[in-house]
Amino acid sequence: MKVLVCISHVPDTTAKINFTADNKAFDKNGVSFVINPYDEFGLTRAVWMQEKQGATVTVINVGTAETEPTLRKALAIGANDAIRVNAEPKDAFFVAKQIANIVKENGYDLVIAGRESIDYNGSQVPGMLAAMLGWPFVNACVGLEVEGEKAKVIREIDGGKEKSEISVPAVIAGQKGLVEEKDLRIPNMRGIMQARNKPLKVVEPVDAQMRTEAVHFEKPAPKAPVKMIDPGEVETLVDLLHNEAKVI
Amino acid sequence: MSILAFIETWEGKFKKASFESAAYAAHVAKELNTEAIAVVINATDDPAALGAYGISKVYRVGDAGDFNNYVWANTIAAVAKETESTGVIISGTFGGKMIAPAVSIALEASLVTNISEKPSSTNPLTVRRSAFSSKGFVDYAVKSDRFILSLIPNGIGVPAPVDGTAEVTSFSPVMENAPEVKVHEVDRVRGKIPLPEAELVVSAGRGLKDASNWNIIEDLAESIGASTACSKPVSDMGWRPHSEHVGQTGIAINPNLYIAIGISGAIQHLAGVSASKKIVVINTDPEAPFFKAADYGIVGDAFEVVPKLTEAFKKFKAEN
Ligand SMILES: Cc1cc2nc3c(=O)[nH]c(=O)nc-3n(C[C@H](O)[C@H](O)[C@H](O)COP(=O)(O)OP(=O)(O)OC[C@H]3O[C@@H](n4cnc5c(N)ncnc54)[C@H](O)[C@@H]3O)c2cc1C
Ligand SMILES: Nc1ncnc2c1ncn2[C@@H]1O[C@H](COP(=O)(O)O)[C@@H](O)[C@H]1O
Repeated sequence: MKVLVCISHVPDTTAKINFTADNKAFDKNGVSFVINPYDEFGLTRAVWMQEKQGATVTVINVGTAETEPTLRKALAIGANDAIRVNAEPKDAFFVAKQIANIVKENGYDLVIAGRESIDYNGSQVPGMLAAMLGWPFVNACVGLEVEGEKAKVIREIDGGKEKSEISVPAVIAGQKGLVEEKDLRIPNMRGIMQARNKPLKVVEPVDAQMRTEAVHFEKPAPKAPVKMIDPGEVETLVDLLHNEAKVI
Repeated sequence: MSILAFIETWEGKFKKASFESAAYAAHVAKELNTEAIAVVINATDDPAALGAYGISKVYRVGDAGDFNNYVWANTIAAVAKETESTGVIISGTFGGKMIAPAVSIALEASLVTNISEKPSSTNPLTVRRSAFSSKGFVDYAVKSDRFILSLIPNGIGVPAPVDGTAEVTSFSPVMENAPEVKVHEVDRVRGKIPLPEAELVVSAGRGLKDASNWNIIEDLAESIGASTACSKPVSDMGWRPHSEHVGQTGIAINPNLYIAIGISGAIQHLAGVSASKKIVVINTDPEAPFFKAADYGIVGDAFEVVPKLTEAFKKFKAEN
């Protein structure tokens, strides 16, 4: 079984977000980047398939050379090899098209991505990819068992869960639940050493029109100072919520 | 030409987020001097009622079977093609996120997600979306002839209904070319509003000390009809179900009111809740970072303050 894991390269969860002076781009200065947290769950799930079901795990990123440390980290966690499509990932359609092309060329049995990238919060790439390939798609997947041509999956729905069965190949957009927090792997020394010698192939992008363009970036307005209320006067809070905030 | 709203249902009833989609479609249609129409799949609610949100015509699709994102997406795309709709509005619910990308591929349309504002320009259509887990906004211009806009549930809110009924016409679901999905079991909380749609949310963290203390949180939530949420460690320890975990790696929510009890306010937690319109923080530690993100704060012990607040809410509800 060949599994492809999509890895989005995103600012660390504690990063301060700033934009360039002309408000035309995200300012990467001083920001450290990590594997998108949702993708870490998918990667670990794929590594389990490698260990228990003999799967080979390839990780892919559409990005410029600066994302290679993130791919190396994925290799250190246990992926067999990596592919980087050498392009700035400016638009979800463009990214999905690149990944679809790699999938068609190399033939995978399963693609695991994340529910969303924590930078642009798009929730677009996996669903577009699945539609381009004509494969089943499971979003917000919290349970995955692949047996031969079938997969039993559990996905989150508003206020609950749905269990279903799909055929593979398929595209899974995962999150915590695919594996648990405690199961996530931190690269150890041996993994890091091995990762240096694992193949990381760089391929050039195929032509694809962008369908959206980011034209302006802005930070939210600063918040007004908090109003403190004495713990003995909760009625004041109720009054403020009703009359001032008008939320109850 | 028209703007098409997708009306999502649950057990035949329109979801609240669907009214937002209808009203948003009506707004965009007006800006573009055209009409807003809707497509509804597997509804028992009366589609004519969508007229109250500015919809002039509804394509009613029945017998689509269990949820299959491709059947839904292909059906929506077929209606859009038949009606020459230039825009499709879909709420960013869990279901909507399964559907919207596939509709965008079927229609070769631009897709913008995570929207909580009305378009700022119509030529080219430009719309602001939330990004960086509420730490920024990005304005996107669409580049294709057609566009799909996906809204954050409870972002814009449902406007007051007006007089009006929509014309209703039947449309057949597009069942072919959809990979099969066998739905085995659907397990959904009853009698509670799903977290992403909730207007009022009461949330608690590690400060509550133990799962058995959640009765005071449940009581507070019940007193105002709020949904309950929690911080990540609370769900990691199994004190509360994962579906209640909010934050950067959980659900992002934007209720009208978020009451955070015994939660320190780590940056990853704030990432999922800072879009809330008003935030109340109750914490024993006056230095808790959450107070900086709050509108109202109480420095105090949850075990003393929360039951008092519950009583005060009950009294308020009885009087109003
Ligand atoms: C990659 C990554 C992703 C993450 N994603 C998320 C996420 O999505 N959501 C999330 O929540 N966290 C997330 N976290 C974890 C986050 O960093 C914090 O550790 C977490 O939010 C802390 O939870 P807490 O506030 O419940 O607990 P604590 O930080 O332990 O805070 C408990 C608070 O309760 C107060 N307290 C104690 N006793 C009382 C009392 N009797 N009455 C009132 N107050 C009391 C304390 O003063 C304290 O402020 C993430 C972390 C990482 C590294
Ligand atoms: N540039 C990229 N390269 C590889 N995978 C990506 C890229 N962008 C997004 N993905 C995958 O798609 C998922 C959802 O991303 P998004 O649609 O950007 O929210 C991520 O969790 C990744 O698995």
